[in-house]
Amino acid sequence: MSARAETRLWLAQRASAAVLALCVAVHLATMIAAVRGGLTAAEMLGRTRGSIAWAAFYGVFVLAVSIHAPIGLRTVASEWLGWRGRSADVACTIVGVALLALGARAILAVTR
Amino acid sequence: MSASAWRNRGHVAYGAFIIHRLSGLALTLFLPVHFLVLGQALSGEAALDVSLRWTQAPLVQTSEIALVFLLAAHLTGGLRLLFVEFVGWRSEAQKMLIASAGGVAAFCALVFALNLL
Repeated sequence: MSARAETRLWLAQRASAAVLALCVAVHLATMIAAVRGGLTAAEMLGRTRGSIAWAAFYGVFVLAVSIHAPIGLRTVASEWLGWRGRSADVACTIVGVALLALGARAILAVTR
Repeated sequence: MSASAWRNRGHVAYGAFIIHRLSGLALTLFLPVHFLVLGQALSGEAALDVSLRWTQAPLVQTSEIALVFLLAAHLTGGLRLLFVEFVGWRSEAQKMLIASAGGVAAFCALVFALNLL
């Protein structure tokens, strides 16, 4: 991979981290409040179903995770397994696409 | 491996690096499971409730508390890394930043556990 592409990945990792910092803080606060008194599907879906705000929030969250996680995995694969090059890039891209697809399905399930 | 490389592994920042990396790996492994459980709602509220009842098992609840700690630790550790990369490495502040990151993560996990149990 070219130096320019590596730089873009580095920037994407940091930019997605900044977005995730906000998303994770909101998600942690929501989870801590939601589990009080037990968590039920009715309670959870009552908060999210039909909510454009929650759909948009989790959409940004899932997109940022789908960028952040595979770039992190690529670094770990390179440094700890010595797995580099095109095969590692393809594998990490597949992980990113899978996270995006599963995340989009989950958002659809809880907000539609 | 050189002697200095081994010596650096005793530094508290190396511990923070390992926790950040392992928490990132654990969260990436957990995410597909989390998404699949939430996806149960596509089959209706009752289907999601079946999965949520399963999460009331003590072992699953313990895992959830551990995951909240890992998520909070990855957040606070990541904020420290962004600070180091975009503001600068201040050696004297590292131990305080790492201790704060760990403290905030432990606090989040504790509050979650108190609400959950």
